[in-house]
Amino acid sequence: MSLMNNLSTSTISSSSSAFLAPISFDSRTQSVAFPLKNINVVKCITNPQEQQTAYKTKVSRNANIAKLQAGYLFPEVARRRAVHLLKYPNAQVISLGIGDTTEPIPDVITSAMAERSHGLSTLEGYSGYGAEQGEKALRSALASTFYGNLGIEEDDIFVSDGAKCDISRLQVVFGSNVTMAVQDPSYPAYVDSSVIMGQTGQFQKDVEKFANIEYMRCTPENGFFPDLSTVVRTDIIFFCSPNNPTGAAATREQLTRLVQFAKDNGSIIVYDSAYALYMSDDNPRSIFEIPGAKEVAIETASFSKYAGFTGVRLGWTVVPKQLLFSDGFPVAKDFNRIVCTCFNGACNISQAGGLACLSPEGLEAMQEVIGFYKENTKIIVETFNSLGFKVYGGQNAPYVWVHFPSRSSWDVFSEILEKTHIVTTPGSGFGPSGEGFIRVSAFGHRENVLEACRRFKQLYK
Amino acid sequence: MYKLSACSSMACGISLQTMVLNSWKVRNYKQGSGRCTNVPRNVNLEKLQNNYLFPEISKRELQHLEKYPNAKVISLGIGDTTEPIPEKISLSMANYAHALSTAEGYRGYGAEQGNQALRKAIAETFYKDVAIKDTEVFVSDGSQCDISRLQLLLGSKVTISVQDPSFPAYIDSSVIIGQAGDFQDKTGKYQNIEYMQLGPQNNFFPDLRITPRTDIIFFCSPNNPTGHAATRKQLQQLVDFARDNGSIIVFDSAYSTYISDDSPKSIFEIPGAKEVAIEISSFSKFAGFTGVRLGWTVVPEELLFSGGFPVIHDFNRIVCTCFNGASNIAQAGGLACLSPEGFQAIRAVIDYYKENAKILVDTFASLGLEVYGGVNAPYVWVHFPGSKSWNVFTEILEKTHIITVPGSGFGPGGTEYIRISAFGQRELVIEASWRLEKLLSKGKSPFLTV
Repeated sequence: MSLMNNLSTSTISSSSSAFLAPISFDSRTQSVAFPLKNINVVKCITNPQEQQTAYKTKVSRNANIAKLQAGYLFPEVARRRAVHLLKYPNAQVISLGIGDTTEPIPDVITSAMAERSHGLSTLEGYSGYGAEQGEKALRSALASTFYGNLGIEEDDIFVSDGAKCDISRLQVVFGSNVTMAVQDPSYPAYVDSSVIMGQTGQFQKDVEKFANIEYMRCTPENGFFPDLSTVVRTDIIFFCSPNNPTGAAATREQLTRLVQFAKDNGSIIVYDSAYALYMSDDNPRSIFEIPGAKEVAIETASFSKYAGFTGVRLGWTVVPKQLLFSDGFPVAKDFNRIVCTCFNGACNISQAGGLACLSPEGLEAMQEVIGFYKENTKIIVETFNSLGFKVYGGQNAPYVWVHFPSRSSWDVFSEILEKTHIVTTPGSGFGPSGEGFIRVSAFGHRENVLEACRRFKQLYK
Repeated sequence: MYKLSACSSMACGISLQTMVLNSWKVRNYKQGSGRCTNVPRNVNLEKLQNNYLFPEISKRELQHLEKYPNAKVISLGIGDTTEPIPEKISLSMANYAHALSTAEGYRGYGAEQGNQALRKAIAETFYKDVAIKDTEVFVSDGSQCDISRLQLLLGSKVTISVQDPSFPAYIDSSVIIGQAGDFQDKTGKYQNIEYMQLGPQNNFFPDLRITPRTDIIFFCSPNNPTGHAATRKQLQQLVDFARDNGSIIVFDSAYSTYISDDSPKSIFEIPGAKEVAIEISSFSKFAGFTGVRLGWTVVPEELLFSGGFPVIHDFNRIVCTCFNGASNIAQAGGLACLSPEGFQAIRAVIDYYKENAKILVDTFASLGLEVYGGVNAPYVWVHFPGSKSWNVFTEILEKTHIITVPGSGFGPGGTEYIRISAFGQRELVIEASWRLEKLLSKGKSPFLTV
């Protein structure tokens, strides 16, 4: 295969999308710009000729990784953004693509982290290895804050460095011999981690799906909830609500059906609740609000979009004691073993921040920041509505899902980027049923969001 | 009766004595009752024999404390750092945290591969003379996590060899990913793993002439648990061996800053290593970052799979998909560690632990015991010929209230040894030495055969 060594090619190489020419950015020097994710990239050093004479080990490449079609979605979006900036160095690029938080973390939270940092320099305050499952006080606070009357206890909760990492750790627990179902469209880490783990067959280009994964279509026609009567049984069901990317939030009735479906099939739901606090409507925020869920579900969650902890790295996973494998073995025991062996706990300073998030003051401060992003979402929804688009989401999640009928989403992505210097995320990156949609994320400084909306109105008037 | 709710939040994790486990299954599995899912347990996890070693040690410590609530237990077991982090470094983390509350200082997602300035600083500090680029350095939340990510990268179909004894995460992660085959009770080894025995008889370096080829060779130097630092000559042999066999070395250099002599600190000091090796390392024992969580992995661009595909591309894909970067606050701390002032302050802490190690080595040597390590690593490896290490562990714990680690926890090659770690406050290390002298001086312990 040819190694990517030419930035100007427009095709996505099946190799690393995060590899580009070295760029160092200080986005703060551009007046109307988003914090730029620091992209570190490298040019591949071998050309095809050198490749033939270069020393090769005798270790075969992992065939599972070879199945992946392109780079992980978000580095690919970042790559395109970087290419665009090279083309238009003076462009005021506005990033509504990667769901990266932009607003500062409230003082009450950062002060706690600063204090913990200072404490590490003192005899009384120094701590070394923490419990791999997380600090007791934080686990306790998570249990009481989010699962107070749901019968989830402190020791059902495992603190982590974020949901993305937890998803892969769960895959390691499950192993390669399980089948899984995902919503289509869905957050790409579920599918990609499944491929890496060896649960899938090859990618089928004609349908844009991996063999052996059950894709549950979620479209406007079915209210973004899968028709479970057409869904084949799988061992694991990944379900995200409020949903990334569609913004859809499942109702109590829908989740009750989902839990029943899992019970009937003996499946395990992995419920991703990363956006629960963005819920405006009266829908369940935790799967454990549904009776019987403790015997069929795991829940992952994250501080990323609540507290702006995207860089600080903190999340958690709930594995109820009642969740058992087919032989009766508790899933929590295996998860604990993975956490103890493949992980070594979240950063203690981040955990101190998490604890502060869950104080009354911290919760209030987080709600304010969430409210700010929700207001952004409202502005974006109104903009696209006013332009006559069919717009979904935005009510219960910081994502707006805009329909561009009969158009390729990467084409729309490119057009928007080229004509307005706005980065979005193409729907097909989330699965074949995302084709024809664009995801616009609502994280950003208010003036950038307003400016972006002005540009959208200009482009699509 | 075993209760899951006894699973505490302490580092001991959940007790998994096989016997208890089996009775749990028998008591609680109700066929067709609908209580269980139909999801099969991962057979690889079934192959794991016990708890991960270090939570097991913690569990024993807790049990001991329950038995002797007034005992002054001294922990020389788990290699957990004890001395405060130098102020300059914690101050930089505090400042970074404060800045996250400002418009100018706020940062969201960082590059999954790590902050660019930190990657550069790591390359310049540790790999200056061996031409490793910053783009080959991947910052992580620690080696234990990196080891598993490397296993995800490599997949279930590769074969591995490990030193025997070695840090248990290499074997355990290999079992989990499905490389290891079944455990054989008779030998205490997993079927598909090649165990390269180390001992005083071979100068703690495997005889490569009789070592079969495996795809991957895990090699830790300075070694946990034996403390041996491989010489330049030994590492050249290892690199040549890997080259001849087309194998990949995963070189664990977590303790390189403890080296006292001129043993190589990085595998990349050896000519040809870039085409056969990955190096992992950590801020844990270097800077007291065991709880802060920061490490790195070096994957040279020259390292290629058999079809010519660069390993670095796939590792990057894993990092981008299964990880989301180390905490930005930890990375700010890492950068401060590598400033001249920070590095100097850290050196002082390392020297403090090394002085501890010296005290422990002297103690055991004075008792006439065969003692290894302690010079290039913060671990002392003591031989109790003819003994079983868990028995020695228990005897020491029972009689002196000192936690150590039984050598067999690191592999069958560790069975007659005890690992004593040198992390701890000086007074406690001195107190521990005194207690050990009392126990092990002639006639007082069944394990002293001098």
